[in-house]
Amino acid sequence: MTSLLSRAEGATDRATWIAAARNRLQQLLAFASLIVIFTFFSFANSAFPTYSNVINILFSTVVIGTLALGTTFVIITGGIDLSIGTGMALCAVMSGVFIVDAGLPVIIGVPLAILFGGLIGLVNGLNVAVLKLPPFIATLAMMLVAQGLALVISNSTPIYFTDNPGYIKISTGELIPALNIPNAVLVLVAAAVIAGFLLSKTLLGRYTYSIGSNEAATALSGIDVRRWKIVIYTLAGLFTGLAGVMISARLGSAQPATGMGYELQAIAAVVIGGTSLAGGKGSIIGTVIGALIISVLNNGLQIMSIPQEWQNVILGLVILVAVYADMVRKKEA
Amino acid sequence: MNDANGYLLEVEGVRKAFPGVLALDDMHINLRYGEVLALVGENGAGKSTLMKLLSGIYVPDAGSFRLQGQPFTPENPKHALESGISIIHQEFNLMPHLTVAQNIYIGREPRRGLVLSDRELNRRAAELVDRLGLPLDIRATVSDLTVANQQMVEIAKALSYDARVLIMDEPTAALNDAEVRTLHGLIRRFIREDTGVIYISHRMDELKAIAGRITVIRDGRYVGTLDTAKTGMREVITLMVGRTLTSDARPVDVRDGRETVLDVDGLSTKELLRDVSFTLGKGEILGFAGLMGAGRTEVARALVGADKASGGTIRVHGRQVRIHTPAEAAELGIGYLSEDRKQLGLLLEHDVSENITLPSLRERFSRWGLVDRLMARRAAKEVADRLTIKTPSIRQTTKFLSGGNQQKVVIAKWLVKDCDILIFDEPTRGIDVGAKEEIYALLNSLAQQGKAIIMISSELPEVLRMSHRIVVMTEGRVSGILSADEATQESVMHLATLRPNENPEDAAELGLLDLHSTEPKAV
Ligand SMILES: Nc1ncnc2c1ncn2[C@@H]1O[C@H](COP(=O)(O)OP(=O)(O)OP(=O)(O)O)[C@@H](O)[C@H]1O
Ligand SMILES: [Mg+2]
Repeated sequence: MTSLLSRAEGATDRATWIAAARNRLQQLLAFASLIVIFTFFSFANSAFPTYSNVINILFSTVVIGTLALGTTFVIITGGIDLSIGTGMALCAVMSGVFIVDAGLPVIIGVPLAILFGGLIGLVNGLNVAVLKLPPFIATLAMMLVAQGLALVISNSTPIYFTDNPGYIKISTGELIPALNIPNAVLVLVAAAVIAGFLLSKTLLGRYTYSIGSNEAATALSGIDVRRWKIVIYTLAGLFTGLAGVMISARLGSAQPATGMGYELQAIAAVVIGGTSLAGGKGSIIGTVIGALIISVLNNGLQIMSIPQEWQNVILGLVILVAVYADMVRKKEA
Repeated sequence: MNDANGYLLEVEGVRKAFPGVLALDDMHINLRYGEVLALVGENGAGKSTLMKLLSGIYVPDAGSFRLQGQPFTPENPKHALESGISIIHQEFNLMPHLTVAQNIYIGREPRRGLVLSDRELNRRAAELVDRLGLPLDIRATVSDLTVANQQMVEIAKALSYDARVLIMDEPTAALNDAEVRTLHGLIRRFIREDTGVIYISHRMDELKAIAGRITVIRDGRYVGTLDTAKTGMREVITLMVGRTLTSDARPVDVRDGRETVLDVDGLSTKELLRDVSFTLGKGEILGFAGLMGAGRTEVARALVGADKASGGTIRVHGRQVRIHTPAEAAELGIGYLSEDRKQLGLLLEHDVSENITLPSLRERFSRWGLVDRLMARRAAKEVADRLTIKTPSIRQTTKFLSGGNQQKVVIAKWLVKDCDILIFDEPTRGIDVGAKEEIYALLNSLAQQGKAIIMISSELPEVLRMSHRIVVMTEGRVSGILSADEATQESVMHLATLRPNENPEDAAELGLLDLHSTEPKAV
């Protein structure tokens, strides 16, 4: 038996080693591409690598980044959430309704707006987990519903927070004056830390991977897959709500007609970060890097005065290259 | 603790119907305290359905269960587990992206407050694996393990729930004989006076080794329960299939001077294969024998371009070819039926006829890109009948077929495809004895029609009875090629263990040191 066992052990040792190396490599490569792109722009234009521009880049990552964080969970379960873009617009409008129209203090209005996002996510979760609708369909429907509701509730006009400077400070204020970092960036960092903690250290995270890896087996192991899916979509909704607050605070107004298209950018960030749309694998750090890659690109191309249309073309190509590189790596490992 | 009637688990008059199928009818099973009860029946007899009823995945239409004399109505898998029933289901039931430890303790993660404690998790898993004596690296990601080791993870997981009743639905389908013995050792250690095991398997030789009694079911009905010690395996099989099987246990139509259709010379891969050379003749059945890990499957995969070859030449009908993908292989008339059918072989959400005709849609069932569905269905039906695939219709969604019948669908795919060279990797794994005979007969008739066949099998008796010649492999090399006359269990074993660190234990792995049965292995 001994030779048999040692043979098997040798094989599994190697397997673990390969798997660990592969995971590390994946994050390393995403990070390396970020550095490469950054360095490229730094050489291309000296206005790019300045402190204020870096802060600028971080600032512009906040909305997509927040959305991407929540949707990472959904995508790891093998699902998708298309409603986060317009859901965000709806939450921004609700924030306006609570704070501007109803005159609630910011400290109450903001949590309510975030919870409203959770409500959108809850409905998505119920549709997916209980009614067993395919996530694509359930959240596509929600995308339209949210867009429509945002327009109806706001009467198709923006709601301005001009009389609530405290609200605007959530985004543009500077909690730590010496650093010159807008609060929005701190919020994103906090949100990322929380998301990372949830995904890697808690049951919620473990079951997120488990469901995405093999849903039937997860259920057979005695785990209430339905309940956890509802929780996961609700969580994504909470991040949507937060993104709604962040975007309206930044603009100083809730714009009901915006939102469409943000979901695809967020999904792009997640995918560039190495999360598989097939489910079962992904990471928060990857998503953060993915979101940064997108805003570095947007910012750098803008500084080089490349027109918006071409920026989109380049972003599209980056997605192709990123996902393809990920697949090649997997095949070779 | 033993109550009045002395049964640990009772199944009483259970009935379960699916649309078009009566899967179980008036089923009875009594599991005694401290026993291993084997449950046997043909593919589609209803074994797995019964297990799913016991774990609360389905609800019975009629009948009831009793656990330790008390009425037991499983509500969901969790409830069944908490009631002390642990089941290894027939389907692959691991999370491939998680580690071994994470898989074993899924749903029971140790944590401190909100935070998972992976250190404690790994400690427990290491302790468990150690106690069970399984060669598993608990930190490995499951998708990186071999199929056999994945099965070991499922076994470790099932044993980790301090269960009273352990039910195993074909736990050994992916295991070699040494691993089967490890499993049987674990089962014996699990058995105490207050526990019991229900053991489902199509490998008849195992039943004698492990089970005290055998319950036979046929077409969803209870047929009888036999005492293993007092019963011959033939009797069990006759009860199971409802007729007596005859077997002519020698290869048919063995002769020399066949026209060579495939000539492999010096095939190597980076990982394992070294200089593998053999030829395959028209109408020949070439068996591949060897220990687990000897490289038989790797030869097939490198041949059809599923893995990258690092050297060697391949000639098909005398013409040298380069094959980069299985699609190119199919184009050249080489079909590969993979060993890992659970995961790779089927579109489970599609119907049986779609699955059967998928590989041959373009060549055989379409014109100008339009699919001739009627013709495709007719051909699918014909093959399905030939293989006696048990399904209410060929329009049935494939996931609703029993495990063994799903495997027959995979075989059917390649029969319709009409390849000249067919590679069967473990073609009878998970298939009942009656259907095995049908598959043997089918392979023989395919060979007689002039197809060239490679048969890879871990069951040596099966290789011996089917093969015209046998390629024996050791550690990635061909250690010898035997003609049907030369091939015996001893000669194959001798070649299979020709290597520096020779090891007598490996003989058992080949199924040679027959551990248990006095009956012949292949029936
Ligand atoms: N969900 C379902 N819907 C429809 N038919 C089903 C379903 N599950 C099982 N069946 C049918 O019930 C019958 C019994 O299937 P079951 O899986 O219990 O067989 P089995 O004895 O386990 O066979 P095998 O040895 O091949 O695994 C089969 O005819 C199968 O096609
Ligand atoms: Mg079964």
